[in-house]
Amino acid sequence: MNRAELVVSRRGFLGIFSAGALVIVSEMKADATWQPSVYLGMEPTGVVTIVSHRSEMGTGIRTSLPMIAADELDVDFKSVRVEQAIGDAKYGSQDTDGSNSIRSFYEPLRIAGATARTMLERAAAAKWGVPAAECKGRNEQVTHEPSGRKIAYRELVTLAASQAVPKKDELIYKSPAAYRYVGKALPIVDLNDICTGKAVFGIDAKMPGMVYASIERSPVMGGKIASVDDSEARKVAGVSQTVQIDAMKPPYGFQALGGVAVIADSTWAAMQGRKKLKVDWDLGTNAGFDSGAFKKTLQDSARQPGKVARNVGDVDAEFAKGGKVHEADYYVPMLAHAPMEPPAAVAEFKDGKVIAWTATQNPQAVQATVAAAVGIKPADVTCHVTLLGGGFGRKSKPDYVAEAALLSKKVGKPVKVVWSREDDIHFDYYHSVAAMYMKAATDEKGRPTVWLQRSAFPPIAMMFDASAKYGSSEMAMGWNDLPFDIANHRAENGPATAPVRIGWLRSVANIFHAFGVQSFTDELAAAANRDRVEYLLDVLGSPRVIDLSGGRGGGDKRYPLDVGRLRHVVELAAEKSGWANKKSGAGHGFGIAVHRSFLSYIAAVVEVEVDAKGKVRIPRVDIAVDAGMVVHPERVTAQFEGAAVFGTSIAMMGEITLADGRIQQGNFNNYPVARMPEAPLMTHVHIVPSDAAPAGVGEPGVPVIAPAICNAIFAATGKRVRDLPIRKQKLV
Amino acid sequence: MGKTIHAKAQRSLRRELQEILLGTEVFLMIELRVNGAAKKFDGDGDMPLLWFLRDVLELTGTKFGCGLGLCGACTVHLNGAAVRSCQTTMKTAAGKAVTTIEGLKHPVQAAWEHGNVPQCGYCQSGQIMQAVALLKEKPKPTDKDIDDAMQGNICRCGTYQRIRAAIKVAAGVKA
Repeated sequence: MNRAELVVSRRGFLGIFSAGALVIVSEMKADATWQPSVYLGMEPTGVVTIVSHRSEMGTGIRTSLPMIAADELDVDFKSVRVEQAIGDAKYGSQDTDGSNSIRSFYEPLRIAGATARTMLERAAAAKWGVPAAECKGRNEQVTHEPSGRKIAYRELVTLAASQAVPKKDELIYKSPAAYRYVGKALPIVDLNDICTGKAVFGIDAKMPGMVYASIERSPVMGGKIASVDDSEARKVAGVSQTVQIDAMKPPYGFQALGGVAVIADSTWAAMQGRKKLKVDWDLGTNAGFDSGAFKKTLQDSARQPGKVARNVGDVDAEFAKGGKVHEADYYVPMLAHAPMEPPAAVAEFKDGKVIAWTATQNPQAVQATVAAAVGIKPADVTCHVTLLGGGFGRKSKPDYVAEAALLSKKVGKPVKVVWSREDDIHFDYYHSVAAMYMKAATDEKGRPTVWLQRSAFPPIAMMFDASAKYGSSEMAMGWNDLPFDIANHRAENGPATAPVRIGWLRSVANIFHAFGVQSFTDELAAAANRDRVEYLLDVLGSPRVIDLSGGRGGGDKRYPLDVGRLRHVVELAAEKSGWANKKSGAGHGFGIAVHRSFLSYIAAVVEVEVDAKGKVRIPRVDIAVDAGMVVHPERVTAQFEGAAVFGTSIAMMGEITLADGRIQQGNFNNYPVARMPEAPLMTHVHIVPSDAAPAGVGEPGVPVIAPAICNAIFAATGKRVRDLPIRKQKLV
Repeated sequence: MGKTIHAKAQRSLRRELQEILLGTEVFLMIELRVNGAAKKFDGDGDMPLLWFLRDVLELTGTKFGCGLGLCGACTVHLNGAAVRSCQTTMKTAAGKAVTTIEGLKHPVQAAWEHGNVPQCGYCQSGQIMQAVALLKEKPKPTDKDIDDAMQGNICRCGTYQRIRAAIKVAAGVKA
């Protein structure tokens, strides 16, 4: 199928782009547009407008969500104009994270399409004087089935607008067999724009009369300006002034960090001016922080009894019985998101209101954050959402938009803030560093009779409560939901805090928790000299549903923790990778890991080659995915291909460290991410056909990759990697 | 060595002129061609071509990713060769022909669409410009040729296997 034609709307404010087909509207305001839903409108020309209220950062959501409504309305997707919503609570949550867009909005978009179709059917029935039940909307027209009379949707728009909006229980949905788009492949609506350079990202947004800012911030978290000499900076051609932004106060939330901004007539001039700033910082108490020493602190915390997250049976009594005891410590360092597009925003403060254009995962958070920063109401902040050049969780935190708004208020012009790559690496909301301690005793077959797991990490909650020391949402991310059939089990969480901003990164705490659990499982299987797939299936136990009540992510009855589905993805990954016929050893090995996150069941088999110098290549990855019902299988496949690469970066190379309170990495030279030769050569994605409720897709491919790689390295070399990244370990 | 002295002399002359002209910096006019059209620039000759393209010409298809030539997002063609525009000064670009993604019409782009390569799309302009340069040099690239040519271009979404496949489609070589 050809790419759906994206009809370009040329409303007034789009004139600010020299090129760009990204259609962004504040509301559908064409007079003749009939709007049966906040997500959907239809013009008498037959053009259907479907709103994408979630942010596009590469998942294909700007295509997948509109597809659902277009299918249920039953119109040609070529006639659909996708419009990107501004931040507005009327759309429901726009916080595009948690692998949640299809999960939460499959139903609302389906209802939007079915509502519009029902009203068109009723309009035709009224026009013809026949019962509405005899009229069916299909293929852009309503047919009176007994007589065969037909009328195009576009001819019914005015009449449909006068029909009562049907209640939810009056709607009749299409049968899945009749779907034109859902479950099938459609090219993403932005495909041609991306391949021709027309796609508009946050860093590309412009406002008339805008100036550019580059901001010098404290090298140590919590530092304050002692003095500023901007005389040399102001001499740089193009620089007009410097502006100070107040230091943020704990809890940090999404506040602007504070610092000294250089305002200029181009990005380059602002960056050059910034280099000439002389700022003395009062660095405060965090200037002594060292991540090497902190690693020890965290490991000590993980070795101590912590707060109990889950307790089954009697762990202490079982350990007291003796048996073969296994212990291991695991460590995953701090990570930066490093989206290819660094944070960028343009904002104008004028007459007590702010208009912002930015790459954000959460435009409603932009409204709240900017409003608080400049002292206005959230409703007086208009946030236009561009495409995002990667997000991975970084762009759910709109501190950079607050900077642009604060500066505009002081400068009196629209201000564009562009972070350098060094800014991005130095001032991230990092993925938390974590230490884990695992202990188990096994029976004569090597099967655990008792299992204790402890983790310690600075929690995300610190951002909203400066005194927070324990994980909260992190506990339901692979820690209090161990799906193994072990009679005695306890999961604990030790206290930790650190002077850095911590935030969600693609799959969040699942990254370190899956690494600990799936590495340790492999160690137990190795100690028992058992086949890893057979062992995994044994510890998973019989197909059953595990009770997740009691605050363990078990609130939604549509998503029970179904061990049968976990077993199935293990078996599928094994089968598709040809596991049964693979032999590991002599620098060539296969590893497996399984993990459920964001309600999806994922297993991966990774093949590695380790050469005589210890260099690792990954020729092949097989990922089995049970994400329930899938709207866009081709884009889901792409997400898991990408997750294999993202997971490879985490496993092989990702590490952020601090010395004297300062982040020691700054760009892709010392914060490397996987490049083409380092990425898996080929990732095969195997999607389980399913009618179950749709689950997460963007994140759950990531957690299995690092343990599967390390398990494969063990199979290839006998070397067990317990501390990431692998590049810091000696493999041969 | 001679060049260094020359540059030093130029800088000192510029400083003197600046003082005379009450602190206004003086820059020489630079002329170049961008996507076939003649362009002029009288600003800082040390400014990277990237920012001239993005901020002055508003050709924002060329992306900023790292500023150090480490990621390839800013790749353009300078007299037909792939260069990092963040590491190419306006002085270097003077008198040369620049092609950006906006000025490109090449089968590689169709191959990219055919293979649904992009996810977020941000790095793809640079990837495409780099791939076109590769195929110009090696019309039938091997996997190693592709690795060697493309390893300077980072894709954080992880579209590498589709990039590789699209290059092969464009080149008409077996996957």
